[in-house]
Amino acid sequence: MYTFSSKLKTFSFLLMAIGVLGIGYGFWSAPKDIQEVETLLAAESHGSHGEVKHETSKPVEEHVVSNGHEEAQSTKEGNAIVSPTDSTSEVINEVHENSLHTEVAVKKGEHEISEEVKHAEHAEHLNHVLHQLQNKPWAAFYVACIFFMLVSLGVLAFYAIQQVAQAGWSPVLFRVMQGITSYLPVGSVVFFIVLLLCGLHLNHLFIWLDPEVVATDKLIANKAGYLNFPFWIVRAAIFLTGWSLYHYYSRKNCLAQDEASDDLFYKKNFKLSAMFLVFFIVTESIMSWDWIMSIDPHWFSTLFGWYVFSSFFVSGITTIALVTLYLKSRGFLEHVNTSHIHDLAKFMFGFSIFWTYLWFSQYMLIWYANIPEEVTYYITRIELYNLPFFGAVVMNFVFPLLILVNTDFKRITWVLVMAGAVILVGHYIDFFNMIMPGTVGDRWFIGVSEIASVLFFLGLFIYVVFTALTKVPLLPKRNPFIEESKHFHY
Amino acid sequence: MSNKVIYAIYNDDDILMDAVKKTRAAHHHIEEVFTPFPVHGLDKAMGIAPTRLAICAFLYGCVGISVATAMMNYIMIQDWPQDIGGKPSFSYIENMPAFVPIMFELTVFFSAHLMVITFYMRSKLWPFKEAENPDVRTTDDHFLMEVAVNNNEEELVSFFQSTGAVEVKVIEKH
Repeated sequence: MYTFSSKLKTFSFLLMAIGVLGIGYGFWSAPKDIQEVETLLAAESHGSHGEVKHETSKPVEEHVVSNGHEEAQSTKEGNAIVSPTDSTSEVINEVHENSLHTEVAVKKGEHEISEEVKHAEHAEHLNHVLHQLQNKPWAAFYVACIFFMLVSLGVLAFYAIQQVAQAGWSPVLFRVMQGITSYLPVGSVVFFIVLLLCGLHLNHLFIWLDPEVVATDKLIANKAGYLNFPFWIVRAAIFLTGWSLYHYYSRKNCLAQDEASDDLFYKKNFKLSAMFLVFFIVTESIMSWDWIMSIDPHWFSTLFGWYVFSSFFVSGITTIALVTLYLKSRGFLEHVNTSHIHDLAKFMFGFSIFWTYLWFSQYMLIWYANIPEEVTYYITRIELYNLPFFGAVVMNFVFPLLILVNTDFKRITWVLVMAGAVILVGHYIDFFNMIMPGTVGDRWFIGVSEIASVLFFLGLFIYVVFTALTKVPLLPKRNPFIEESKHFHY
Repeated sequence: MSNKVIYAIYNDDDILMDAVKKTRAAHHHIEEVFTPFPVHGLDKAMGIAPTRLAICAFLYGCVGISVATAMMNYIMIQDWPQDIGGKPSFSYIENMPAFVPIMFELTVFFSAHLMVITFYMRSKLWPFKEAENPDVRTTDDHFLMEVAVNNNEEELVSFFQSTGAVEVKVIEKH
C-alpha cells in the first residue's frame, strides 16, 4: 500500500493556494471597461498620441524619413567640405519642418472626410482589445484545465489499449494508471463548469456562443445546427460521463478480479475496454472540434482530432513514466524494473515522433496549398506566436528525438525525468498555441494568469492522483498476465 | 604446429546456453558458436561486445539529411531560383516545408542502406561467398560450439561430454 507523503501533500496544497491567488489576481487585474483599455493603449503608445492618431501618422512619418535620407545623401555629395554631422542635422531639421507640414495637411484632409468613421473604428478597436484582455485569465484557466483533464484521458486510453492488446509487460503499472486517471472525474467537473460559464456569457472564449456575432456572421450562422449551446453542452456531458464511467467500472472490475476465483472480471474488463476504445475515438474527434477547433469557428481541419489526440496521448504516457519513476524511487513498486521504464520511454519517443508527424502534416498541407480561408490560422500563429509555435516543435520533437533515441538513456532516471518535463511543458505550449490565438490574439503573454492556472491544476492533479494511489494495493493480484509482467525483461 | 579444435554438438538451445556458461566459467576460449536460429542471450553468455551498428545508422542518417539539404538548397535556391506556383525560393528556410518529405526519405534511405551494407561488410557476407558451415546440421536442428585445443585434448573432450553434448569431435583445422 502506498502512503501519501505529507511533504508531497503540503506541496500540492501550496501549489493550489498559489494557483488560486494568481488566478484571482489575473481576473482582478483584467480591464473592466473601455476606459481602462483606452488608458492602457495610450500608455503603450508613449503617452500623448492616441491609438488611432498614432496609426494614421505612421505612414507619413516613414515617408518623410525616407525622403530625408535621399536629401541627406544629395547634400553630402554637394557640400563635401561641410562635416557630415552638421549637414545631416541641418537636413533633419529641414525635414522635420516639412514633416510637420505634411502631417498637418494630411490630418486636415482626413479630418474632414472621416472623423466619424475613425471614431467608430477606434471604438471597435478598443472593444476588440477589451475582449481579448478580458479573455486572458479565462483562456489561461481553460488551457490548463483542458490540458490536465486530457492528460488523464490520454492515460485512460493507453490503459484501455494495454488491456485490449493483452500486453504482458504493463499489468504491474495498471494501478498507477488507474491512480492517474482518477483525476479524470474531478477534472471533468471543473471543465464542465467552465463550459457552462462560457454558455452563460461570462467570457468570450467561444465567439459563436455570442448571439450578436452569430447574427452578423454568415459563416458561423450556417454552422449553428452544430455549434449551438444546448447541443454542445449535451455532447460535452455525454463524453465526460462516458469516459468517467469507463474509469469507474474498469477500476471496480480490476479490484474485483483481485478477490475472484476465476477470470470473469478480467474478461469483463477486456470487453469494456474494447467498447471504450470505440467510444473514445469517436468522442475524442468530436471533443477536439467542440472544445478546441470551435475557438476558431471560421477554420477547419480534418486531421485535427488525431493531432489533438497525439498531443495528449504522449503527455499521458510521459505522466505515467514520471509517476512510476517517483513511486519507484520511494520504493513502492517492487516489481517495476528498468525494462518497464524502458518500454514507457520507447512509447514517449515514438509518440513524440507521431505528434510531429501530424503537426507537420497539418501545417505543410495548409502551407503548401495556401488557401486563404485555411491559411489564416497559421499566419496568426507564425506572426504573433512565433516562438511558442516553433518552440513547441523543438521541445516536442527535436529534444526527445536526440535524447530518447539512445537505448541506454531510456533507462536512466534523470534523463527520463528531464525529457519528460520538457515533453509535458512542450505539450502545454502546444495547447496554448491551439487556444490562445483565437481568444486573446496578440495580447498573449505567459504571465501570472497562465503560470498560476498551471500551478493550481498541477496541485489538484498531484493531490487527487496520489490520494487515489493510497486507496488500493499497487500490484494487481490475479491478473492473468501479472506473473509475466513481474518478470518482464527486455 | 597442429591447429586442433573441438566441435561440441548440442541439440537444444537451453543445454547450449548452460554449456556456454560452464565453458566460460572453466576459462576455455570459445572460438565460435553455430546455431540454426537466434538464441536469446547467447551473445551476453559468450561475453560478446555490444554491436555499434545503431551508432553507424545514426551517423549515416546525419549524412543523408545533409545530402538532401545541400542538394535541394543548391538546385532550388542557389542555382535557379524559379517562381514555381508562387512558392518562396528566396531562402532555404522559407521553402523548407516542401523539402521536408525528401529530407526525411533520404535520411531513412542513407541510414538503412548504408547500415545494411556495413553489416554485410563487417560480417563478410556477399554473393558467391563460400559457406563456412562446419556441420550441415547446424542450419537445421543442431547447435555447435567450437573451442580451441591447447594440448589438453582429453580434458576438453571429457569436459564437453559432461555438458550434455550429443557429439564431441576433435578436428584438425587448416
